[in-house]
Amino acid sequence: MHTRVLGTEVEYGITITKDPSFNPVTASAIIVNAYGGGSGRIRWSYDEESPGRDARGFTLGEVPIDETDSGLVNAVLDNGARLYVDHAHPEYSSPECADPLEATLYDKAGEVVMHRAAGAAAPILDEGQRFALHKNNSDGKGNSYGAHENYLVDRSVNFGDIVHHLTAFLISRQILTGSGKVGAEHGRGSTSYQIAQRADFFEEEIGLETTLKRPIINTRDEPHADPARYRRLHVIFGDANMSEVQTFVKLGTTSLMLMALEEGALDEPIRVAAPVPAVTAVSRDLSLQRPIRLKDGTSASALELQWRYLDTAERYAAAADISPVYKQVLNEWRDLLTDLEQGYQGVTDRLDWAAKLQILEGYRRRDKLEWTDAKLRLLDLQFHDIDPNRGLYHRLVRSGRMRRLFTADEIEYAVEHPPESTRAWFRGESLRRYRDAVVAANWDSLVFDVGSSSLIRVPMMDPLRGTRDLVEDVLDESPDAATLIKKLGGDDD
Amino acid sequence: MTERERSSRKDAPESPQAQDAPVTRGEEVTDKIDDLLDEIDSVLEENAEEFVKNYVQKGGQ
Repeated sequence: MHTRVLGTEVEYGITITKDPSFNPVTASAIIVNAYGGGSGRIRWSYDEESPGRDARGFTLGEVPIDETDSGLVNAVLDNGARLYVDHAHPEYSSPECADPLEATLYDKAGEVVMHRAAGAAAPILDEGQRFALHKNNSDGKGNSYGAHENYLVDRSVNFGDIVHHLTAFLISRQILTGSGKVGAEHGRGSTSYQIAQRADFFEEEIGLETTLKRPIINTRDEPHADPARYRRLHVIFGDANMSEVQTFVKLGTTSLMLMALEEGALDEPIRVAAPVPAVTAVSRDLSLQRPIRLKDGTSASALELQWRYLDTAERYAAAADISPVYKQVLNEWRDLLTDLEQGYQGVTDRLDWAAKLQILEGYRRRDKLEWTDAKLRLLDLQFHDIDPNRGLYHRLVRSGRMRRLFTADEIEYAVEHPPESTRAWFRGESLRRYRDAVVAANWDSLVFDVGSSSLIRVPMMDPLRGTRDLVEDVLDESPDAATLIKKLGGDDD
Repeated sequence: MTERERSSRKDAPESPQAQDAPVTRGEEVTDKIDDLLDEIDSVLEENAEEFVKNYVQKGGQ
């Protein structure tokens, strides 16, 4: 079966209410350190790996003790995720997941992690203050922070083909992935409301930057796996979504496009004539009908382009050996495009930008507000507050106005347990079972202290090894980390 | 292309209702949204101006 490993990396907006002079870096560090007790003490290891060799994907190595002594604030979580401070934001990087539904679940688990972290840190605050965390991408004043997607892609795919096929897909995808924003920023012409939070911030077609002159296609290539086999496509173009269906569709449709590309199932790429201006044009076109000029001289709306991509993906999926989850992706995709033909009102139960617009239009009508009213900007912000008692998304869910894919219990479980079909299972389970012996971790290795003269590194170069199927027996047979290390190393002797 | 796509499984059961009483349906929608706004009023941060003004983030990725 063609399995795509994927995940999300979300920077959250952070404030301390009633304290306008708070320091965001310190505040982020405080909540990361407050989370989850013991796991916060396990360091993130930054050194690089050399490829390993072992039946299970393990080859052990020795590590000098001081190598892991990093002063940065980092935690490795029992679900295999990483919680840390990036720039001036707390960031949750999900564990490696094996399909887009699982990746959506672990993305939502990140909100619970953040909320718990904020709660754990709250006692240091004054009466009436709180750490407010927002899963959004902009402060409305020209500052943006990311919600990145990562997809492990076969190294044999030409990067130029990824650029050519994905650019128009990502631009048109905004009508499915936008979280909605009041106004414009970053020097872009004014508008009352637009579909995507991030659209105002893209300035280049392709590039390595993520904080300045952001490109539609980001060229960062850190596979955290065997670089001869994989590249890790780092998509910085999307919005952070509260809606579960929307995150699922964002990840699922993009993954399908990449699978079809890997298997040579795509036709000639659709090329947008002027990609950067098209980003803002699509984001500001609430009618979804405005044509985008294409390089072949024709034009098509974002909605029309998405219908074409859906057709292509359906043709590919009909003959492909892929997870049945992708059938669900195609159904959701088709339903959304069908409903979007009638405007945003039919998708307020699934897309953040539409749900938010419905609220804003309601207030505008009832309270006769102009688009510049601070109350509308507050509603925009508060939509993304991850506190279930305050966030407007949560209000919509609670009153049955927004569709969910998971129960609260399923999300809680994902906060504590790793996905089973990737190496995240070995990472998370090792933490759960041998917490005191794990001294450092990163995506592709774990470092154990089993009382010998040096630390022992267990590399995990293949994201599809270290799964529950492959390593549960050896973990079950190892009552302690020393036994585990012996058993893992034993195969080499 | 879109004509064909309209035959999605979601459309069929909902359209008769819409044709029966379009006016009533519009009023119902407004009522439902007003209920929602009342709910939101009860949780909205008190001082919109101040909250929005103080919501300043450093740039990130």
